[in-house]
Amino acid sequence: MIKVGAVYVLAGIVFAAIAMFSECDTSNPKRWGAAAFWGLFAASFLVGDRVGDFANGVLVIAMVLVAGLVGLGAGKTASTSESERSASAERLGARLFAPILVIPACALLGTLLLKSARIGGAPLADPAQATVIATAIGVVAALALAMAIFRPPVTAPAEEARRILDQVGSAAMLPQLLAALGGVFALAGVGASVSRLIGHWLPMDSHLAAVVAFCLGMAIFTLIMGNAFAAFPVMAAGIGAPIIVGRFGGDPAVMGALGMLAGYCGTLMTPMAAHNIIPAALLDLPTASVIRVQAPTALIVLAADILLMYWLAFR
Amino acid sequence: MMNLLGIAVVVAGLAARLNPVMVVTAAAVVTGLAGGLDLIAVISAIGHNFNDARYISVAFLVIPVVGLSERAGLQAQARKLVGRLRSVTVGRMLLAYLAVRQVSAALGLLSLGGQANMVRPLLAPMAEAEEEARRGPLDGKRRLLIRANAAAADNIGAFFGEDIFIALGSVLLITAILRQNHLPADPLRVALWAIPTAIVAFVVHAIRLLRLDAALGRPRKAP
Repeated sequence: MIKVGAVYVLAGIVFAAIAMFSECDTSNPKRWGAAAFWGLFAASFLVGDRVGDFANGVLVIAMVLVAGLVGLGAGKTASTSESERSASAERLGARLFAPILVIPACALLGTLLLKSARIGGAPLADPAQATVIATAIGVVAALALAMAIFRPPVTAPAEEARRILDQVGSAAMLPQLLAALGGVFALAGVGASVSRLIGHWLPMDSHLAAVVAFCLGMAIFTLIMGNAFAAFPVMAAGIGAPIIVGRFGGDPAVMGALGMLAGYCGTLMTPMAAHNIIPAALLDLPTASVIRVQAPTALIVLAADILLMYWLAFR
Repeated sequence: MMNLLGIAVVVAGLAARLNPVMVVTAAAVVTGLAGGLDLIAVISAIGHNFNDARYISVAFLVIPVVGLSERAGLQAQARKLVGRLRSVTVGRMLLAYLAVRQVSAALGLLSLGGQANMVRPLLAPMAEAEEEARRGPLDGKRRLLIRANAAAADNIGAFFGEDIFIALGSVLLITAILRQNHLPADPLRVALWAIPTAIVAFVVHAIRLLRLDAALGRPRKAP
């Protein structure tokens, strides 16, 4: 059975290559910082399952210290020039899109096939991780296709990946680090404290007040945690189930569905969410600019969501 | 209530524009210590959850392919492609993407789009190229606005489509939590009740995208 561990080994090899190419990039004044950071990231993917929680924690702290105290720097781009790119686009035409499109196609087909594919009675791939595994297979196929069509030098994949990851910098670890922060929040009982505060500040003596407290609570808690999935269990147990359903007789399916969507409105507005950090890093933007575009939609949808829950839950 | 100190650390740290990686780690340590954990337990918790979250970073595997395609002229080709579509504007292009993204996510086809495999290599360059073809070279501010809007269209489409599909994370989590609280939870009904808000989200964002063209076309203030 193909397990997600195989994908982590692949990612580890990619990050190790980034570390090596960063180390060799003499145009980057902080190349040692970058090499150390990506090397540690590679180690996390290669041996993370074998070294235990404390060692993983030390590894994370080391990455953070490298990022914060040394910095990763950025090399000067050693890629093709604008005129070379135009000439190459002229030559390749629509074939240029093929590798990029192979990845979602593989991810899609693979997810559907891997979930049911069996060899000798055992599933071919871990069904719970089918999407991640299918995406990785798509990446390998796309890489092979790109090498065959574009015929770049063999070092180009790592060289080009380093060029893009130099832009991303230490933000690359931020989504996982925020997940770690969420884990510590859960252990330290932050959820219970937040839901107690919200229950204390926002009155819940009427249907509307309870709905407002629940939905605002979901949005605010998600703003803090960066993840609606972390906020939902806490807010549902604190307000949704006992008050909206228990005291006022609301419909649990409406409470659940619209409560989660209120959380999504929070996700669109928070600098703590991977959904806002990753595109900002990939597109070379400040995270705030993505949030600024999303916030008006999020606020209007949140208001509509609250009204909809008030109308639909107590039909 | 001491365990809320970490939140204050995050707010203060981000407001002071310190390195977010340092801020988040400091917040985790402060929260853990204030919540009664010892330092070893805090570091172990960070390590455990960081390790469990590695699947998020698998998104970066796409980057070598994106890099190779860019090197071979992907963006130039994207510009040529949009040059042929005369009636297209940035707003309309992003609106079409929003619609496809939301509908496909609602059908469970979440991996069809995404920031790493669609927005960075295709959507953002095509939108930038479109604006350049219509109104000439982009200044930094308008380029930033176009890119941020491309990223936002992907997020909003994915979020408010995903919640309608019964076999994806969101609906599964909602029904699991409802059951934990001893409430009846039919996934089909949870998905159904997400539809009105999803429609509102689409309409609101569609209107904003159509107004984006006007905002981009407004004459720039003299420096």
